[in-house]
Amino acid sequence: MSRPSDHIDSQPAPAGDGITQPKLGFVGTLRWFWRQLTSMRTALFLLLLLAIAAVPGSLVPQRSSDPNGVTQYFTDNPDLAPVLDKIQAFDVYSSAWFSSIYLLLFISLIGCVIPRTKHHLQALRAKPPKTPARLARLAGFTTRTAPAGTDAAAAVASARTLLKQGRYRVALFDSPREFSVSAERGYMRETGNLVFHSALVGLLVVVGFGSGFGFSGQRVLVEGQTFVNTLLAYDSFNPGRFFNDTGLDPYKLTLDDFQVSYETQNLDAFGQPLDFSALVSVTPRGGDAQAGKVRVNDPLRTGGTSIYLLGNGYAPTITVRDPQGTVVFTDSVPFLPQDANLTSLGVVKVPDGLAEQVGLLGFFYPTQAETTTGSYFSSFPDLTYPVLTLNVYAGDLGLDEGVPTSVYNLNTDHMEPLATRTSDIKPLELKPGETQELPNGLGSVTFENATPDAAEGDYSESVPRFASFDIHHDPTQGWVLLFAVLVLGGLLTSLFVPRRRLWVKAIEQADGSVRLEYAGLARGEDPALESAVAALADRHTTLLERSNPAPKTADPA
Amino acid sequence: MNLNELSILSLYSAMAVYALAFIAFSVDLAKRSAAVSSAEATTAPGVAGESSAAGAVAGGTTTLTRISARIANDAATPYGRSSSLRIGVSLTVLAWGLHLVAAVLRGIAADRVPWANMYEFAMTGTLLIVTVFLIVLTRTDLRFLGTFVTGLILILLGIAAVQFYVEVAPLPPALQSVWLVIHVFVASLGTGFFALGFALSFVQLLQFRREERVDTAKPGRLKFLKTLPSAATLENLAYRTNIIGFILWTFTLMAGSIWAERAWGRYWGWDTKEVWTFIIWVIYAGYIHARATRGWRGSRSAWLAIIGFAAVMFNFGIVNVFFKGLHAYSGL
Repeated sequence: MSRPSDHIDSQPAPAGDGITQPKLGFVGTLRWFWRQLTSMRTALFLLLLLAIAAVPGSLVPQRSSDPNGVTQYFTDNPDLAPVLDKIQAFDVYSSAWFSSIYLLLFISLIGCVIPRTKHHLQALRAKPPKTPARLARLAGFTTRTAPAGTDAAAAVASARTLLKQGRYRVALFDSPREFSVSAERGYMRETGNLVFHSALVGLLVVVGFGSGFGFSGQRVLVEGQTFVNTLLAYDSFNPGRFFNDTGLDPYKLTLDDFQVSYETQNLDAFGQPLDFSALVSVTPRGGDAQAGKVRVNDPLRTGGTSIYLLGNGYAPTITVRDPQGTVVFTDSVPFLPQDANLTSLGVVKVPDGLAEQVGLLGFFYPTQAETTTGSYFSSFPDLTYPVLTLNVYAGDLGLDEGVPTSVYNLNTDHMEPLATRTSDIKPLELKPGETQELPNGLGSVTFENATPDAAEGDYSESVPRFASFDIHHDPTQGWVLLFAVLVLGGLLTSLFVPRRRLWVKAIEQADGSVRLEYAGLARGEDPALESAVAALADRHTTLLERSNPAPKTADPA
Repeated sequence: MNLNELSILSLYSAMAVYALAFIAFSVDLAKRSAAVSSAEATTAPGVAGESSAAGAVAGGTTTLTRISARIANDAATPYGRSSSLRIGVSLTVLAWGLHLVAAVLRGIAADRVPWANMYEFAMTGTLLIVTVFLIVLTRTDLRFLGTFVTGLILILLGIAAVQFYVEVAPLPPALQSVWLVIHVFVASLGTGFFALGFALSFVQLLQFRREERVDTAKPGRLKFLKTLPSAATLENLAYRTNIIGFILWTFTLMAGSIWAERAWGRYWGWDTKEVWTFIIWVIYAGYIHARATRGWRGSRSAWLAIIGFAAVMFNFGIVNVFFKGLHAYSGL
């Protein structure tokens, strides 16, 4: 089957008998190297090495899947982390050493698959091999005596028909007193095996190069906000190597409503989320808006992209006015959830319009509760008793240096704390709809109530929510799926289709009777071979008996 | 008493019955050893019985239509009917029934499939291991693995009940997917086959050592091995079991990728659990390769099957609980 020389099905190489090997030339060395690389032993070694090499990536955080973990690792292990970074331990799966293992493995694989494919294509056209002289040595050897009057050639012809019905490829052989049929089936086993290995190569190519044509981007939308699918509208954007932004389809996505539901019946799971649904409307370029829904596990596919719901939280609407009452800031600010009950942290920066630059560091508690030490926490993720506390800082926000800063971080190095837990003035505390004066007569701040007309004490819709969306485009996913299906299909056929040869031989005996012999040969794993031979013998003799009914013995009377 | 409490009661009852089955299977192994000893006593030179049996196997070109028949003929010392073996199997079936009731009740109590956290996954996963074992028993006589299977189940269920137990909770949005049903179920089913394959490979190694000792005429300690199939037969059985596991594992990996694409927007992201699923796949791929490599079939490939199953257990018990990753569904 053109297997590597150390495959269990190939002939062992003749043992060296003390003859000095001729010196290998350059081409000979290459050829020797190639044979080593494509041997079963090397493939096995590389496979096991690949398994071992994949382990460190699960022990150390990876930049690809857990970038924050990597940052944390550097903070926690300042001495070890740079050393690990040198050996690409934080990028194991794109590292030089991991890549070289799988590339060698795949070269070895290709080197093995190509000659086997050639050989298999020949085998597909070839006739089954000549019947061995002595079947007795083969698996499931069975002999029967044909019913009297059976012609040896006809018996073999009927066996041939039977085998052909069983989808065997057949060939007839005859010598003066011996007729035989040689049959082989299960070519699909090798086909499946080759498909499996080729599909793995295809998978690697598609995954390796194909993903470079896509992109992924993130965008936070507060209820009511609209996003247009263009490069600048993303909060963060990671293009593939070959991505070209002219390919973006500029559809509009509006977050109309974000619906949540939390467990309230089962006290063992009180407050556990049951459902998050982002109700959106999508407006294609030059088209009408269409309603859509994005849920966890249920992305929205539109404009060549897939939109995933990544996270959600509250975006309190905060308005800051100067002492004259002129609005200097108003916006719904996404607050980042800090725990399961959505205690959330957010920042407001007011660079202009007030006497000084003002920064507000806010904590939002959807259902405020107080510990015995007096600190606040949230006891339920939904809006039952929402409270916003604001620490007020004044001074230099650090925005003027032109260094990009995060909207979620407030650098207070050059700011004076005006109202914090440790200062004289305690943090401002607001419920929806309330306004408080900023310290030092700087102005006022309002926590807007989104539903001012709601019944007294009903805060359920008082604070807008935000949803963070992950928007992906990967043109090669269909190919990956196709190759994956081929891998699975190839695997199934290569492991479960038995490749076997069967022989039926009819020998004319000296006394005129016909002796039938049956035997088989497994090519690869074939646990059912012997029963297949037995079944063939049974069916064949039954068939012969039917066409040559034994002559009725004369009535003794 | 609510449904979940009934489920727990049923599970503890199942564990008690598994323990009894374990005892019965152990008694059977002891009886096997005794039978071997008495057989050796009657056929005076200890090795004689062995060589004649081996001869019968070598010349065995007669038609054997069933695998089980082949196994029965394959043992060095034939071992007849055993009451403790039958009791062991009956008790295992009874315990399996209780175990099934426990899983079904838990599912009804939670109003969803009973494999959404570590406790439930352990309960259903072990149920599938026993199911695979019992189904295989109807085709092939692997009852000698009873001690291993019931012992493993007892340990896993014990850990699950003590360490992993969580109250019934609704499915979080991240797990609300049809792929939870498919991906996790097929993974547990694959684990069931790998567990059997592991046991067969383990016994194969013991048997191989015994057969080597027979050649050098050194007596071995585990006498019951003589009543078990030969190392070559065990290795064939282990291979067939493990390739079914491998196919199911391949499917698990792919179904997981499809789910990952729907849930996280990428089909593969080297999350810790993905990494270990990949490692396990590669180890078993190595096992299948090893078996086709000259010089590796037999004991060496058996070791790979054992390492593979160790990785499966590691993936379930250690990675879920102690490794940081997206598959944080242990509920702990």
